[in-house]
Amino acid sequence: MIKSSKRSEWHYLKKNSELLLLLLPGALLILVFAYLPMFGVVLAFKDFHYDLGFWKSPWVGLQNFKFFFVSDTAALITRNTVGYGLTYMILTTVISLGLAILMNEMGKRWLRIHQTAMFIPYCLSWVVVSYLALALLDTQNGYLNKVLETLGLPTHMWYLETAPWPYILISAYLWKNVGFSTLVYFAGIMGINQEYYEAAKIDGASRWQTATRITLPMLSTLITVLLILSIGHIFVGDFGLHYFIPNDAGMTYPTTDIIDTYVYRALRVNGDIGMSTAIGLYQSIVGLVLVVTANFVVRKINDENSLF
Amino acid sequence: MNTSPQAVAAKSVTVRETGARKEPFSIVILLSHLLFIAITLAMIVPFILVISISFTEETAIVEHGYQFIPSDFTAKAYRYIFEAPLVLFRAYGITILTTVIGTALSLLITAMLGYVTSRRDFRYRTPASFFIYFTMLFGGGLVPSYILIKQYLHLDNTIWALILPSLVSPFYIMVMKGFLSKMPFEIIESAKIDGARELRIFFTIVIPLSTPALATLGLFLSFGFWNSWFSALLYIDNEKLIPIQLLLVRMMQKLEFLTSNSDFINQFGVDTSKFPTLSARMAMAILAGGPMVCIFPFFQKYFVKGLTVGSLKG
Repeated sequence: MIKSSKRSEWHYLKKNSELLLLLLPGALLILVFAYLPMFGVVLAFKDFHYDLGFWKSPWVGLQNFKFFFVSDTAALITRNTVGYGLTYMILTTVISLGLAILMNEMGKRWLRIHQTAMFIPYCLSWVVVSYLALALLDTQNGYLNKVLETLGLPTHMWYLETAPWPYILISAYLWKNVGFSTLVYFAGIMGINQEYYEAAKIDGASRWQTATRITLPMLSTLITVLLILSIGHIFVGDFGLHYFIPNDAGMTYPTTDIIDTYVYRALRVNGDIGMSTAIGLYQSIVGLVLVVTANFVVRKINDENSLF
Repeated sequence: MNTSPQAVAAKSVTVRETGARKEPFSIVILLSHLLFIAITLAMIVPFILVISISFTEETAIVEHGYQFIPSDFTAKAYRYIFEAPLVLFRAYGITILTTVIGTALSLLITAMLGYVTSRRDFRYRTPASFFIYFTMLFGGGLVPSYILIKQYLHLDNTIWALILPSLVSPFYIMVMKGFLSKMPFEIIESAKIDGARELRIFFTIVIPLSTPALATLGLFLSFGFWNSWFSALLYIDNEKLIPIQLLLVRMMQKLEFLTSNSDFINQFGVDTSKFPTLSARMAMAILAGGPMVCIFPFFQKYFVKGLTVGSLKG
């Protein structure tokens, strides 16, 4: 062992050279598009000027962070990002698990139609979905206002109000995503050995018992892996949903604005490079901490289910 | 696995039983059928609304609002769009071009990275894997990439800005690696003994053997490229390079401006009801989203497979 490690590294490089060659193009792309931006976060500590460029812009210490965290927006968009993220995660998991279990109980007959219908929204981008939302929510012509009118209820100027947006955004998210995760969980259930169910049936287990004592435990690995993956996303908001569905309408910001949309506007509208980099860095670090913690907790409870 | 004759017999019996099992009328089953019918309707109904708006006469929309059954049916919106089809076709062209090039390149690179990191005898496997997967956990954020691509690589207003940044996805590499690790190593070993070199093994043995995984990933990738708008939103200003999704974004913003700004309309005497703007907008949304709705539901099985393969440790 010692002898072989004393052989020059050059020997191994040559021996692995062709595999390294296969690695090279992808590694270069990752280096440029993932690692260089990581070093770019030093812009968070600089006062960036386009004419001075990356190297010559002056250092400003923590001023960019201070500027952001002193404002009320910091708390607001953090609350929105985490609040929506958690709600999406919990509701999607619970609802799609429930639907998948129900699907399993139902006959196969109508299943395909339901599955296809539930999958369609997943195929569309948020941009297209925002047109569907507009058809329902448009103040003048929108269908929802017409329904409210016929019912004798007050109509709403949806894009100018704050209160309805949590409900609208959550509905839109579920509408687009529940179908797909239901399919994933349903595929997981299909993978469970049928003999368990037969044995349970012989023992006289009820539907509820088979669902809670067999299906859920057997799916626990799939559920935790998907949960860990989405916990990392709690701090990465769904930009498309929060930008296009409210139509980037200023009046809705208190309840729709998340870190991602805020950074986008800070960059594109205000051109504030320093502060938007600082917020991005804050987001990345918290996201990292969340995934690592979640994985650590899962590993403590059950090593099998952890991601790494 | 127990493959004794009894077990096989028992299995076939249970299969027959479940096949013949007629559930007695159950309130739970009835309710879940109703629930799923409601869900299916909720998924479909917005599309019907948008389709019917796109076929409604503009004056009827202004008078009655959006309706499920057009009170004044017309295909004017589509005629209006196809009278000047260049904008739409060019946007389709850009989207198709980025989807084809992006998917092909991305598949190749994903396969290469997945293969190399799946080889247990590759000396630099651990550092290479760390190099790839660390990017899943931490990133520089939007702004540094934006400045890099715009100021230093000068990729803005080229279709490469739509392709290059999204070529490598660690998650897909993980899926690919999971698939390839299940491939028997003896195949590669025997090819090596026969004197085949690594590149040859990869292109003539590994790639053909991984067609199922490549097909699933290709589906995901083309789906992602077709539906992507974020890079276009950031990097494309040139009218000639707008992909279909960005065209929709632009149209939403412009029409909002036209229809919400009454001073503008009064001042120039533009009568918005003469132009089928409201229905044309929905017609464009249908033309942009339609291909996806028609193609991808047929592949739903493979989407699910791709995700479950990747998310389970392999």
